[in-house]
Parts: sequence; C-alpha cells; structure tokens
Amino acid sequence: MLNLLWILLGGYVAGILLPLCLPRQPKAQIITTTAPAIVSTSTGVVLGLLGLTSSDPITGSLASTIPLLTFAIRIDPLAAFFVLTISLAGLAASIYAIGYMRHFDGHTSLPVLGALFNGFLCSMTVVVLADNGIFFLIAWELMSLLSYFLVVTEHENAEVRYAGLFYLIMTQVGTAFIILTFLIFFQEGGSFAFDAFRHPEQLLPENMRTIAFLMALIGFGTKAGIVPLHVWLPYAHPAAPSHISALMSGVMIKTAIYALIRVYFDFLGGQFPWWWGFVVLVIGAVSALLGVMYALMEHDLKGLLAYHSVENIGIILLGIGAGMIFQTYGLKEFAALGLLAGLYHTINHAMFKALLFLGAGSLLYATHTRNMEEYGGLLRRMPWTGACFLIGAVSIAALPPTNGFVSEWLVFQSLFLSFHIPDTFLKLILPLAAAMLALTGALALACFAKAFGISFLALPRSTYARHAREVPIPMRVAMAFLATVCIALGLGPMVVVPLLDRVVAPFTGVSIEGQVLALDGWALATVNVEFASLSPPILALLLGALSVLGLGIVAAFGGLMRKRYYKTWGCGINLTPRMEYTATGFVQPIKRVFSSIYQPTVKLETEFLHESQYFAKRRRFEFHVEPVFQKYLYDPVLALVTALAGRLRVIQAGSLHLYLAYIFVTLIVLLLFSV
Amino acid sequence: MLDAFILIAIQTVVLLASAPLIVGLIRKVKARLQCRRGASVFQPYADLTKLFQKQPVVSSTTSWIFTATPYILFASTLAAGLLVPVFISRTPLNFAGNIIALVYLLALGTFFLMLAGLDAGSTFGGMGSSREAIVASMTEPAMMLSVFAIALTAGSTNLSTIVHKTALLEGIVTDPSPHLMAFAALVIVAIAETGRVPVDNPATHLELTMIHEAMILEYSGRYLALVEWAAGLKLLVFLTLIANVSAPWGIATNMEPAALGIGLAAYLVKISGLAVLIGILESMFAKLRLFRVTDLLGTAFILALLGLVFFYVRRG
Repeated sequence: MLNLLWILLGGYVAGILLPLCLPRQPKAQIITTTAPAIVSTSTGVVLGLLGLTSSDPITGSLASTIPLLTFAIRIDPLAAFFVLTISLAGLAASIYAIGYMRHFDGHTSLPVLGALFNGFLCSMTVVVLADNGIFFLIAWELMSLLSYFLVVTEHENAEVRYAGLFYLIMTQVGTAFIILTFLIFFQEGGSFAFDAFRHPEQLLPENMRTIAFLMALIGFGTKAGIVPLHVWLPYAHPAAPSHISALMSGVMIKTAIYALIRVYFDFLGGQFPWWWGFVVLVIGAVSALLGVMYALMEHDLKGLLAYHSVENIGIILLGIGAGMIFQTYGLKEFAALGLLAGLYHTINHAMFKALLFLGAGSLLYATHTRNMEEYGGLLRRMPWTGACFLIGAVSIAALPPTNGFVSEWLVFQSLFLSFHIPDTFLKLILPLAAAMLALTGALALACFAKAFGISFLALPRSTYARHAREVPIPMRVAMAFLATVCIALGLGPMVVVPLLDRVVAPFTGVSIEGQVLALDGWALATVNVEFASLSPPILALLLGALSVLGLGIVAAFGGLMRKRYYKTWGCGINLTPRMEYTATGFVQPIKRVFSSIYQPTVKLETEFLHESQYFAKRRRFEFHVEPVFQKYLYDPVLALVTALAGRLRVIQAGSLHLYLAYIFVTLIVLLLFSV
Repeated sequence: MLDAFILIAIQTVVLLASAPLIVGLIRKVKARLQCRRGASVFQPYADLTKLFQKQPVVSSTTSWIFTATPYILFASTLAAGLLVPVFISRTPLNFAGNIIALVYLLALGTFFLMLAGLDAGSTFGGMGSSREAIVASMTEPAMMLSVFAIALTAGSTNLSTIVHKTALLEGIVTDPSPHLMAFAALVIVAIAETGRVPVDNPATHLELTMIHEAMILEYSGRYLALVEWAAGLKLLVFLTLIANVSAPWGIATNMEPAALGIGLAAYLVKISGLAVLIGILESMFAKLRLFRVTDLLGTAFILALLGLVFFYVRRG
C-alpha cells in the first residue's frame, strides 16, 4: 500500500512540475496537468478502498532534522475513507478540467493553474494522512494557501480579490485555534506525533479537555463553514474556477470534518460531557437551517451551491452530534449509528456537491454568467448537463432513491433514537433537531426546484442562454461519472455501510454492520428492524415498476402516441420570457414568511412619464437580504480592531531613530526580566 | 413470496380504484351541503376515462420534464400508498420504507410537479410552484414531529408495525393524549398537503388564490388524468394513514380470507367516513390567505410538539 502512496504523491508532484517546465501549447499544457492528476486520483481511489478493507493501520515515516517534525503517515480506515472521498471528487474534477481549462486560456497562465490544482489535491490528501501535528499543520496551511491562490485566479475582478482576502484572514484565524488545540495535546503528551495525542489512560484535566474541544470546534469549524463562522464561504467558493469550487465545497471542507472526528473520537477518546454533543448538535441544526435559508435568497448559482455546503455540513454535524450524545450515555450502538450517518452524508455530499458545481461550471462555460435570472430553457440546449444537474438536485434535496435520501434517513433515525437517553431535556431536543432537519429538507427541495426550474426550464431569459451549446465531452464525462456515483451510493448501502462500519467501529468500540443491514443487506435498519427499516433498491424498483404501470394504464386507455404541440396559453398575448416566473418571485413567499430572519430591504424606484403619473417609464426593483452575522458580529469586531490600530499608529512615526530606541528599550526590559 | 405479490397487487388495485371514489364523495357531500344535487359519486371515473382518451396538447416551450412528471408523480404517490397498511396490518412492503420514506416519496412527486409548473413558462405555473414550495416546507416539520410522537407510543416508525401493534394493543402505551395531539396535527398536515380548503381550493380554476391547480394548468388529456388521479391517491394515502394509525379497527391482522374481507369493508367505511368529514369541514371554512396558512401549520407543529412533551411528562 505504501507503494501506491508513492505513485499517488509522485503523480501529484509530476503534475506540479511538468506543466511548469514542459510544452507551451495550451492543449499540451492542459494534458500535462490533468493526466498526472487523473493517475494520482485513480490511485487514491484504490488506496482508499484498500485502506478501508485492510485490517491494520499502515504507517510510514520519514524522519527530519527539524525538531518535533517527522513526515509520518498513517492509513487507518478513517483516513482511507477521506482519501477515497477526496480522490473520487478529484478524479471527476481532473477529467472536467480537460475541457474546462480552455475557458481560462489567454486570461490565466494554464501551467500555474494546473500546478496549483495538483498541489491543492496533494495537500488535501496529505492532511488526512498526516500522523504528526506539525506535519498536519504544514499540509493544512499549504491546502489553505493553495486554495487561496486558486480563489484569486480571476484577480482582475475586485470582488474576487475581496473574497480571497476574506478567506485568507478567516482561515488564518482558524489555524490559530487549531495550533492552540495541538499545543494543549502537546503539553500533555510531550510530542507532536498523533500517537502521543491519543492516550486515554493519562487523560487531560477536565478543563483542558473542554478548552481543546472548543478550540478545535472553532478552528476546524471555520474551515467547515459552520454558522456563524461561515461568512467567508459564500464569497470564496464561487469565486474560484468551477472545478476548484467543486473541490473546495465538496471535499476541502470535509477535511475539517475529518479533523473534528479525529480530535473528538480519537484524541479525546469517547468520554464526553453531555453538553459537547449538545453544542455540536445545535451548531449542526442552526447551520443546516440558516445555510438553506440563505441559499434560497441567492440567485448566483455558485453562491447558492456554496450556501448549501453550510447546510450539508450542518446535517453531517447533526449526525456526529447525536453520536457524541449517545456516546456520553454509553449507548454505543446508537453512537456508532450517528457517526456512521454523518460519514455517509459526508461522502454523499462530496459527490453531489461536486456534481452540482461542475454543472454550474458548465452553465458558466456555455453562457458566461452565473446569474440564474439570465438562464432559462437550458435543458433543451444542454441535455447532458441538464440531466446530470437534475440527478444532483434530486440527491441534494434528499429525495428517494438517491444517496442524499439514504444518509438523511440515517441521520433522522439516529435523532429519533433519542428516547433511549435518560435525560428528559435531551429526549426533547433531539426530535426538535429532527424537525429542524425536516424543515431544512423541505426548504432544500424548494431551493432546488428554483435552481433547476429557473435555470433549465421554460424560455431562455437572455441572449446568452438562447445561444448556449452543450459543453465538450470531457466535461460531460466528469458529470456523468459523478451522477453514476451518486446513484450507486444511493442504491448500494449494503456495500457502503460495511465499509463505514470499519471506520466507526474503532471509535465506538462496537461494530453495528450486522444490526444496520437487515434481510441479507437488502434493507437498512436502525439497530433493530422493527423500529425502522428502509430498502433503497426495493424503493427504486417499486418506482420503476409503478412508472411502467402508469405507462401501461395510459396505453390501455387511449394510446401513448398522439399529442399536439401548441404554445403556452398566455391569456391571449404571445408568451415572452418576461412573463415567466423569476427566481426572485419564486422565493417571495418564503422571504415573507421568514422575514424576521432575512430582514429584507426592498427598494423600488419608479420613473413616471412626463405626461401622466399613471404610466411608468422605468421601474427599478432592488432587494437585499441583511447579512445579519456580518452586521452584528463581524463588523463590530472589525471596527474595534480598526480603532485599536488607529490608536497604535502614533507609535509608528516613520523615524529610524525612534524604532532603534524601541528596540533598545525592549532589550533593556527583557534583560531586567531575565535577571 | 407469491402471497406477498398478490397482496401488493390487491392493495394497488384497491388504492387505484377507491381514489376517484373519495374525490367524488367529497364533491357530493359539499354539493348536498350547498343544497345542490351534485354529480354522481362515480363522476370522477367518467372524467378520468374521458381525459385518458383525449388527445393532449403540450406546450411547445416545455422539455421532457413536463411529459415525464405525470408518470413520476403517479409512481411516487402510489409507491407511498403501498407503504401504508390498507386492509391488512402486515403489508409485504413494510421493510421497504418507514414513514420518513413515505414523506420523502410524496416530496419526490411534489418536486417534479413544481418543476413542471415552471416548465411551461406561464406565470400561473410559477406562482403555483412557488406557493406549493412554502406550504410543503411548513408542513414537513409538523409531520415529522407528529409521526415521531405516534412512533414513540408504538415503539416503531414502520407504518405497518405501528398499525399492527395498535390493532392488537400490543406493547402500546395506553395513555391516549400524545396520540390524540399527533392525530390533530396530522389532520392539519393532511389538509395542507393534499390542497384542500382552508389551505387551497381544488374547485377553483384561474384564480390568483390557487396552488395545486395553478401548477397543473398546462396539463391536458392523459397527462392531466394521471395528475388528477395522483392527487386523489395522495388524499387517499393521507386518509388511510389517519384512519389506520389512529383507529385500526377491523383491519385484518392475519391472512385468513374472512379477516381480509372484513378488513377491506372496514377500510372502505372508514375512509368514506373521513371523506364525508372533509366535505363538511370544507363547507364550514373559507380559504385562508396564503400568509395565514403558516399560522395554521404553526398550530399543527405546536400540537405535535405538545404530544411529544406529554409523552415524556406522563412517562416521566
């Protein structure tokens, strides 16, 4: 397996170096950057699968002369699962890039873009494999930095520069907290090797454990995009090139989920006070609900998808939080179920979110705009993209029989098992979280009815959309690949659950594969088949058979063939795109019902005709959703920092002598202290 | 195995056959209460037959979504119906999905119907879809909580198991208050989900107040027939759910022919009774404004939550 790892890393390194030194034709440049990435990610898929099925963790290390740093690697099932997830999404993104990178020819240096892409994939893989705190942090920082460079690919745009800066600052704040977490572990274990971090027998004092829990939640939560630390995400993810957005939104935020599981279940080892799980659960519920709510108001397709990442991270955290609560009360099977549900949703989200971002990229490629209101009628012009996007939309809306439904069902079930908890407060909180998840699911449904309906159906709303053409074959292949994976993950829980069980079992100490899979694997059950069961393949079969029944009934009654085409009835006037429902109009009722959350501001300017007040010459409608967190949480902090900086500016006089004096005074003070 | 297939087939036929009857019955009751004679209760069958034979007119702006939606809607609604026990408490498809699967199967149909509403490009369709979106989002939390309250008393979220245990009073917590509150919440949810007064009015056309009818405005011929049939089925599924979960009297708990016969008869009586009740309710209330509907659904949510609280408080 270590040989595979060398191929994987070698491929990425080749992908970074080759394009920078080899040919100059755009075509060759694209091939030299994507081909190594395809090799590496395919190897990663194999490596992930092998790691998930092998019995013992594989370790390897390269020592270094730098103290406390060894380049140690450990492939245990958890790491292997994330390598698999990253590589699957990376494979699709690399294939997609063959077609998509042409989009950037002439604007951006293709070799640099390709090298960054390979480096980004490599750093993500190393993050989940690292077995040493410092090594992990180096990889983590590389991942953040490379993704920053990728975000600002189109840096001539001021918005993109702003997004990049915002991202950079937030990710640095996050890293600071992660370093603090690791320092707490280091203080106790005396080494930065992860093995020293996980010593259940010499547990940290209670308050230090709590601090470590909170620091990790803030640090990794920033990267994951939990509310209220999510504010950078909707700026940064859409700004990057689409195949990068797919990776950032699909898998980069998952490295934070990996790290949270690693820290909580591995390092802090399964003894949680009840409120830890409760905090994670509440953050999950709030992130899920607010994520989808803000997504509904977003009419930039990629921005909408970025907000949905906040939602899905919330759903994953609901599963993990429920698992932590069960762990507190020693309900090991249920704890394993919650964690398993969270992990199942992790890979599902990685797949359908990557698919949707690639779909959005295809629309951008074909129409040169991200504004949904300028799309319309694209399903007839881009049938492949449309079909793949539809599969992604059905998956993310958690409709049966796709993968999103299966994992959301598992999360629901683990929340419903709350009646086993002895604490009445938690007994009530978990079903409430389930109700919030139900609301989230329904709003996600509305959101994707909007996203797909407004973009792909009815008449084109702009000349761009009218002249859109289907995208090149590599891009279609990549989308079709992910769509297939989505369907396979939905229909094959009997394959996925045993693999996930291997990830979960070491942390909860119990294997639940036998209890979750019932009826020879044809049905999923939550710990006992009498309480709840679900069989995705049978449901899919049933849906298929009943559709055929519908066709049969129609054929028996009146025949299938005859039909007549005519224009839509427009109350006597010819239908124009201006008469269609818009995305803004579609979400108007939702905006009104939840106006206390959105705090919408609407501006209507009307310019009347000179002759009469009854005829408007021009109307301008503007509507904004108040970014509550930015206004009430971030802006005050920013203002405080700016004010402090203003005060401190007096010491910066620009005189060299003064600065030398500062150094002198500092030295004197330090000497005094040392005595 | 063969038994199972026969039972599934019978259940499919019973559901398909009684759905139009329920619609006809509600119309008849409403007509009577309005001092009209009204059409025969069998009128919906005639309507469906006629629609199936008519040549459909399809908007030339639509895509394949528009023509596929009626089939998807029909299949998903019927699949949801097969998860609910109808005349026998142990449905063969019990293992295939629990109540959450039922909710999401119905949501699948709703999703495609919302897309079809947008597909023709007319403002009415979009308006219907948009309103359906808000009503569907508000019903789902209430539905989940009421389902959970019911599941707690029976110790299962599988519909068949709930009904079976309730019918035999086996391992059931006998305190009825959580059950009753969940039942009330479920009735409100059912009314909202199936587009009845006071949430939506299935009798209006081309009015600014409508939801479901606006979405399907462009459908005609066999497509309309399938959509209408599916709408009837959805109503029937909810009525069956309410009837059998809260009052599984008479339902067959074993495979004996006599028990099956009684079960079928009892089922028809129960759903007819509920249909009459809906007819009366529809005659008593006026349709609510769209933005008042959320208050009604909020009430359903609170009721379901209270059911849950009651369960834990009474059990300690």
